[in-house]
Amino acid sequence: MTHLQGRLAVMGTVTRITFRKAILLAIACLGILAGSALAQGELRFCLRSEPKTFDPLQVQDDASAAIRYLTGGVLVRLNRQTQALEPELAQSWKVSKDGKQITFKLRGGVSFSDGTPFSAEDVAYTVKQLMDPALHSPTGDSFRSGPGNVQTDIISSTQISITFPAPVAGLDRQFDQVAILSAHSAKKEMAVLGPFMVADYKPGATVLLKRNPNYWKTDAQGRKLPYLDSIKLDIQPNRDVEMLRFKRGEIDLINSLDSEYFDKLAVTSPQLVHDAGPSLDSEQMWFNEVAKSPLPAYKKAWFRSANFRRAISAAINREDLARVVFRGHAQAAVGPVSPANKFWFNSRLKAETHSPDAALKLLQGEGFRLENGTLKDMGGNAVVFSIITNSGNKYRERMATMIQEDLQKIGIQVNVVTLDFPSLIERMTQTFDYEAILLGLTNVGLDPSEQMNVWLSSSENHQWNPSEKTPETAWEAEIDRLMRAQASSADAKKRKESFDRVQEIAVEQAPFIYLVNRNALSAVAATVQRAAPVILVPQTYWNVERLTIERQTATAAK
Amino acid sequence: MKLWRTVACAVLLLVVSVSLAANWLAPAGYARQYREAADAAPSRQHWLGTDEIGRDRFARVLYGTRISLLLAPAAALLSTLMAALVGGLAGYLGGAWARCAMAVTDLFLSLPWLFLLITVRAVMPLNVSPMVSVLVTFLMLGLLGWTSAARVLCSTATSLRDADFVRQARASGLSGARLFWIHVLPNLKPVLYAQFWISIPAFILSEANLGILGLGVAEPMPSWGSLLKELEGLVSVGEEPWKFVPLILLVVVVTSFQLVLSRQDEVAA
Repeated sequence: MTHLQGRLAVMGTVTRITFRKAILLAIACLGILAGSALAQGELRFCLRSEPKTFDPLQVQDDASAAIRYLTGGVLVRLNRQTQALEPELAQSWKVSKDGKQITFKLRGGVSFSDGTPFSAEDVAYTVKQLMDPALHSPTGDSFRSGPGNVQTDIISSTQISITFPAPVAGLDRQFDQVAILSAHSAKKEMAVLGPFMVADYKPGATVLLKRNPNYWKTDAQGRKLPYLDSIKLDIQPNRDVEMLRFKRGEIDLINSLDSEYFDKLAVTSPQLVHDAGPSLDSEQMWFNEVAKSPLPAYKKAWFRSANFRRAISAAINREDLARVVFRGHAQAAVGPVSPANKFWFNSRLKAETHSPDAALKLLQGEGFRLENGTLKDMGGNAVVFSIITNSGNKYRERMATMIQEDLQKIGIQVNVVTLDFPSLIERMTQTFDYEAILLGLTNVGLDPSEQMNVWLSSSENHQWNPSEKTPETAWEAEIDRLMRAQASSADAKKRKESFDRVQEIAVEQAPFIYLVNRNALSAVAATVQRAAPVILVPQTYWNVERLTIERQTATAAK
Repeated sequence: MKLWRTVACAVLLLVVSVSLAANWLAPAGYARQYREAADAAPSRQHWLGTDEIGRDRFARVLYGTRISLLLAPAAALLSTLMAALVGGLAGYLGGAWARCAMAVTDLFLSLPWLFLLITVRAVMPLNVSPMVSVLVTFLMLGLLGWTSAARVLCSTATSLRDADFVRQARASGLSGARLFWIHVLPNLKPVLYAQFWISIPAFILSEANLGILGLGVAEPMPSWGSLLKELEGLVSVGEEPWKFVPLILLVVVVTSFQLVLSRQDEVAA
């Protein structure tokens, strides 16, 4: 308003301009003013659930992780496009050869959103909170490599050394998830170092983020980042509504778009949709190999046979799953690691070729025979099993139905069962009363150490046979050894060799039958400038500090 | 009204006949996946197009109609018989029997159906063939759907118990069971018929709701419920109108049942 009055006063001094021209000029000035005041605008998109916390160290859910990404300042940041680690609040860092210690040289002259200066004390405080057993930080779990305390040494106000009791795999990359807290601010976790800060929160409705006035980063021209004034996050669990709102222009982007919606949008607005290629997420099925499960002995024998599992794998037409269920927006999975994970993917592995003949051959080698179109084992038992998946997930239900038809071609009868998620989890982890399960795995991190809980035979999340006291098979013992070896080494080459072998064993033994890797699909409105969707989370707004909105300029022009 | 009832009867007859002729009208069956033509629009080969994994929608509608239309009356029959047994006897016997039976009925009525069905599905054996899953679904509906009818029948039987002709029969020395079978039950018939006809559309809709929730009839077998699930992801009505055929069919059948029922209501009254 003050700006407006000033402009009109200037206009008043121009005596030769006629009244009509003055009115036109005033309208133009108003337009320019409106444009410049909101030049960078507000980005709007949906969170699919209520954020459970604003404490960056307690983040477990996707909504809270999104807010942490937008508000948290980190020492190092994984570039979502190049998958390389880049300096942020730390100008440089060094990891010791034994993988136990990391030393950061911090950026000077940086302040939190409330003006509190940032120093090594804040990093020490954050690490203390992160590793405090009483606080149970989920982010801290990946740093807990062994018993003992973590030691922080403040060398100077801009230099700090952190020593862990045991080597931490991919130590520097783990700090991508650690938003630094202020040791001295009265605002606690609401004082942030990231590009935005939480300005307003209406439970069940919206989270409003405003530009952090003290954000340290500038662009190449020396302009302060972020460009955007604010971000409005609407809490909207319904994807249909999210899609409709995007079509109406009420929100600017959608992450993780369904392939059906993607194709529908692509018909009308192909410039708005982005297929970034295979993501890290995989869809997979596995058989119950738990010795104490209530299954009949002959079924346990089938499921514990590697050749049986490999035959099932060979009989499944993954190309069809990718093409039909995901409308071509997925790729046949190769193994435990998606090809999207550039460094850790074992490029020697190839996707299993669909071959019912090869499947039958493998089964015949195990004593199975085909009688009148029904596959029977050595004891004359017809091969019948059920595949459970979670009800409500139409993609998994469709995949299970297609697998049902694929396996029928080799004489196997599959019963598809959809269960509510709690019942499914209870069968999977408590009663072990199931035969096969089809579920997906969402991978956020790139490093194999994040999959330790799946591969170690003693782990509760070793889905096909959890919590083994000692490895029940030689190949599981070998995977245990290799995973521990890669986790305790700081040598990237040696780690890669170990994890490559883990991937090979996983494909040879097929404890998981990997089906497809879904593509990272997203939609970005034309009003959002500089968006470059990628496969890593958060796909569309990973470069949020450089995004701008052209909506206001367009309005002014109108 | 009579004309509309005749039309409704003709529609129901036509729908049942066409669904029974599914083997001839759609010889490829409901489960065959034409994967090269998934989610296709209507064509000469696929009159109502194909579903997301390439199954012929016309065939699935026919077979689904057969399942929903044949098993819903079976479930309705079961629930009506149970209602007659519990409600009719309670009303006829009266006293402690009636109080006990109505307490059980109230208990059943107060149960949260949805959670009960989810629990039943969760504890059921997993290796159940699709055909068995169909039977189990409608059996569950029949076993759980008798309560409202039982209350109606109880009050009717109570009024019959005190009717003059029943008193006279009792005074002439007719025994309890014989009295019930000869004098009470035949007089309950109009109410039983009405309850039976009312239950059919209710069970069709219940199965459709269960199908949407992922309970009910197992893949690859179709039912109206599983066919209606296709409508979940539709953003606009005009996008793929052929997907609405199962919904239109459901509305037409349920409306036809209601029109036929209006006659039964008159009889019951």
